[in-house]
Amino acid sequence: MSTALQFAGVSRHYGAVKALDQVDLEVKEGEFFAMLGPSGSGKTTCLRLVAGFEQPTAGHIEIFGETAEGVPPFRRNVNTVFQDYALFPHLNVLDNVAYGLMIRGVEKSERYRSAEQALELVALSGLGKRRAGELSGGQRQRVALARALVNKPRVLLLDEPLGALDLKLREQMQEELKNLHRQLGITFIFVTHDQNEALSMADRVALFKDGRVVQVGTPQEIYRQPNSRFVADFVGSSNVLPPDFVAAVGGASRWASLRPESIYLTREGGHAASVVAASFLGGSTRLAVDVSGLRINLMLPSAAEIPAVGESVRIDWKPADMHLMESGA
Amino acid sequence: MHSDQRAPIALKIAAGAGLLFLHLPILLIFVYAFTTEERSYQWPPPGLTTKWLAVTWNRPDIWEALALSVKVASISTLIALLLGTLCAAAVSRSKFFGREAISLMVILPIALPGIVTGIALRSAFNLADIPFSTWTIILGHATFCVVVVYNNAVARFRRSSASLIEASMDLGADGFQTLRYVVLPNIATALLAGGMLAFALSFDEVIVTTFTAGQQQTLPIWMLEELVRPRQRPVTNVVAMVVVLVTFLPILGAFYLTRDGDQIAGSGK
Repeated sequence: MSTALQFAGVSRHYGAVKALDQVDLEVKEGEFFAMLGPSGSGKTTCLRLVAGFEQPTAGHIEIFGETAEGVPPFRRNVNTVFQDYALFPHLNVLDNVAYGLMIRGVEKSERYRSAEQALELVALSGLGKRRAGELSGGQRQRVALARALVNKPRVLLLDEPLGALDLKLREQMQEELKNLHRQLGITFIFVTHDQNEALSMADRVALFKDGRVVQVGTPQEIYRQPNSRFVADFVGSSNVLPPDFVAAVGGASRWASLRPESIYLTREGGHAASVVAASFLGGSTRLAVDVSGLRINLMLPSAAEIPAVGESVRIDWKPADMHLMESGA
Repeated sequence: MHSDQRAPIALKIAAGAGLLFLHLPILLIFVYAFTTEERSYQWPPPGLTTKWLAVTWNRPDIWEALALSVKVASISTLIALLLGTLCAAAVSRSKFFGREAISLMVILPIALPGIVTGIALRSAFNLADIPFSTWTIILGHATFCVVVVYNNAVARFRRSSASLIEASMDLGADGFQTLRYVVLPNIATALLAGGMLAFALSFDEVIVTTFTAGQQQTLPIWMLEELVRPRQRPVTNVVAMVVVLVTFLPILGAFYLTRDGDQIAGSGK
């Protein structure tokens, strides 16, 4: 697979604020790539640099091997689905979708046919005559998708596209976006602050913090082998174990991440703990225990017996599940 | 129940009386345009005639005043449309030092009494040795016309999403195409309403005009001077009537246009 997108030491500063600082990234063609991070971590700035709405303060960006600096948005074969959809209020749905083709001078009947096809792709055929304001949030989202896809971009940028939808709709759209990606085979770059969304949809995830990329990897790598305390914390709430504790339980003197679902109760061996809190979640039970002053969360399968608060228990985990991290940051 | 039914009737009468109070005097103006008495406004009119229409038509001073008024209002409105829209775009789309101050300074001329604006401009023109002409009237009018257009445009800009422009660029449109296909259609009705209001404000302006005009007479100034003359009084009424009829239609049009426009613009949210 060739490279769709290459960032080399890219920075974007606003005065003293470093929105993006020395970022190196590579996105393969056809990949579903998620940029994950808390708000203000630089992920949206990164997306805007790809779209061409921002220019880097330093560094070099290549899109399909061509230098992107100085190329305006309207000369990039990249289309964006905006967070607020940004549908044109003075045009109906069909004209919204056909806008890009109209600008390129595609003849009227031809562009309406393509627009109808794009609407069909997002399961909105027949709504072309409506105005954007008459549509529900989910429908507007689909129009925004169709409007971007009708131009046959090589990269589709999605800026928190599911943020404004309710949970049910969001899960449905996640499914549909994945199907679309499979169907079209183009590169998707997806910005989100929702780790579940990133893990469930993306082929690879880049985790942003304070304008820097802290880890890039497949969802499994990110989840199982977080390289820092921040990643362990942000992606699924992990137990972050300090070096002295790790050393005491037989590891190196390094920070380590231990996933709640990797911990189990045992009768013998393991480590003595006392139950601090227990909450029944239906499919599982979340237990908080105290192990020599350290609070550790664990997930029990729902069939397991729930110990009472204050009870003394013993917990254990497989040594391989305790993942040593590069940094405690 | 009883009082529930009586209150609306009383309210209806009060509302009707209010409307009559507002509009009867305008009807009177129309009636006096057809009176046979030319020296005073006598009620009831001793007789009715249409001869004043012809008299008005044949008076060159009226045509001159009308032409000047239309010219002044048109040019001030054009200036206002250009400057007001640009200023509104700057204030609502970008952040810069002194933005609030500029916003306030743009709006100030309409808050100031016309007489202050008038005196200020007159002394400024004197100081700068600018002779009074049609252009000084236009400049004076532009000061408050800009405000009207600015207010309309700024409200529309604030209501429409900032990412529309980026979306247009993203879909392949350059700056000019974005202006043509996205920005202008979105603010068109606001500009039309602002422009019509600006035109109407300029068209009937008296105070600033008296301070910034030389020998020229705009239509309202002509009417004011005509009122103190004892002869051919109904001519003033004919002019007033025509002005009302001619301005009423576009304003009605602007009202319906912006009403539809608001629905379109509001639906984007």
